[in-house]
Amino acid sequence: MQQLTEIRWHARAGQGAVTAAKLVAETALAADQYMQAMPEYGPERMGAPIKAFTRISPEPIDIHCNIENPNVVILLDDTLLDVVDVAEGLVADGTIIINTCTPPDAIKRALGLADSITVACVDASGIALDTIKRDIPNTPMVGALAKVTGAVEIDSVKSLLEKTFGKKFGQDIIDANLASVDRAYEEVTTS
Amino acid sequence: MPEQKTVATTGNSVVAEAFRQCAPDVVPAYPITPQTTIVEEFAKFVAQGRVHAEYVAVESEHSAMSACVGASAAGARVMTATSSQGLALMWEELHIASGMRLPIVMANANRALSAPINIHCDHSDVMGARDTGWVMLFAETAQEAYDNTIMSIPIAEDPEVLLPVMTCLDGFITTHSIDRVRLMDDESVSAFVGEYKPVNALLDLDNPVSHGNFAGLGGPYFEFKRSQREAIDRSKAVVERVGAAFSELSGRPFGLIETDMMDDAEVAVVVIGSTAGNVRHVAKQLRAEGVKAGLVKIRCFRPFPYAELAAALAGVKAVAVLDRAESFGAEGGPLYLETRSALYDAEHRPAVVNYVYGLGGSDVKLELIRSVFTDLSDIATGTPALHGPVYLGAR
Repeated sequence: MQQLTEIRWHARAGQGAVTAAKLVAETALAADQYMQAMPEYGPERMGAPIKAFTRISPEPIDIHCNIENPNVVILLDDTLLDVVDVAEGLVADGTIIINTCTPPDAIKRALGLADSITVACVDASGIALDTIKRDIPNTPMVGALAKVTGAVEIDSVKSLLEKTFGKKFGQDIIDANLASVDRAYEEVTTS
Repeated sequence: MPEQKTVATTGNSVVAEAFRQCAPDVVPAYPITPQTTIVEEFAKFVAQGRVHAEYVAVESEHSAMSACVGASAAGARVMTATSSQGLALMWEELHIASGMRLPIVMANANRALSAPINIHCDHSDVMGARDTGWVMLFAETAQEAYDNTIMSIPIAEDPEVLLPVMTCLDGFITTHSIDRVRLMDDESVSAFVGEYKPVNALLDLDNPVSHGNFAGLGGPYFEFKRSQREAIDRSKAVVERVGAAFSELSGRPFGLIETDMMDDAEVAVVVIGSTAGNVRHVAKQLRAEGVKAGLVKIRCFRPFPYAELAAALAGVKAVAVLDRAESFGAEGGPLYLETRSALYDAEHRPAVVNYVYGLGGSDVKLELIRSVFTDLSDIATGTPALHGPVYLGAR
């Protein structure tokens, strides 16, 4: 794993980006990594575009500013493609993971991205509707993150999901979330 | 060393945990962003029976600190938390708490003051309270916020001190970010903070006393103030002693100031709070490029560590002081004024320049810190130093 992985999340308020960023942080801790996860706070309204940030590193993390040059950008809602500049500041060999039905190459062309950028697409909303029965794409997107970047381990994601959701939800909801992570891990396609 | 638990959670969450572990008798509080989750989580601990405290939901911060004063004078261990406008609304009670020598511990989520309205981090709120007679500790990280909170209790309650302590953490940056933190077990914290033995408690019916009396013309008001001055001066040794003891228990270093790469530093930044991390990161990068850069972080602002700061800066050519607060009409921000004062009697006085940064949560990008070090290198090689604060990164 590289020294420091910086992830920027784009979502609409209510889609669970903060929960996902937290899940990734917990997973990093389980792997004895250092981490930071911080939402960008503003006037929040359901459905408004929001950002969140996650840092993962094998070494203690000193910096406390926003992430300017992420290694990974995760987009929980493809309607944001017209609203925010998802590739802003992305490192030259960076990765963009999008919840969408559009294939990666089409996204890459539409955004005019350099060849060195990896685009990964997964229908996380479709998977969430199938498994969780609600359009909450956050947990499947963490499954896609595990597959595409290796920044987190899929098994660790699932065991933490079971542990943290276990305090709040019944087994059926936990199982649905675990299934959503597995399916996104399997179904994500990369440019 | 006792076993510690490593968790991934927010600064506010570990401050609430520290509150619970310190076992206060009374916590009167009023919620305000970004402090809210501290009192929210603490109230939950009370409801769950995980701490046996009286949680008093008051109608304002003025009432919160008033209730703290009353409960503390009665003989209770008292803790609270606030931020920004809330701290401002406590203004008169802050002086009453210190004047009555009440060992109240308060966490403050550092946040900008209105106007214009802004909920994000700066130090305008706490720096406005710097002359209220409270001991003031600052955290860079969630870990330090947790540690400072625990240390605050034995500092405040020390018979040589008996002063309120404010433990300050940066709003959102530290309060709301998830960070990796090591937590002590309840027994260790409980043994460390000890049982509170109040002095001059109103509820000690065998030894009746009165508090906050009239001390007008010809009365002992003047002498009371001198005794407060002597107490906060004495608190410096107590902060160091408690810090050393906690350091031994936790394995984490504590000093009134933290110095990093200062042994042979030619250019250095003095800073408070979370930005110290950004400065450390950039200074390490610059070291790799051959620049002799260093960092001095102030962890205890009141009492101010003048001698320690002067000693740390003794061999430096140019110093930048970063202030996340204004002192409008003064030559610079509060930390700048203190740093200049610390260096006045020094044998070799370095050039000292002031930057006001990050007001209202304005992001402290690494390139801004790098530009400060570039300015310092220029000054160290003969470029005249600027007077008056530079607004770092302002558009």
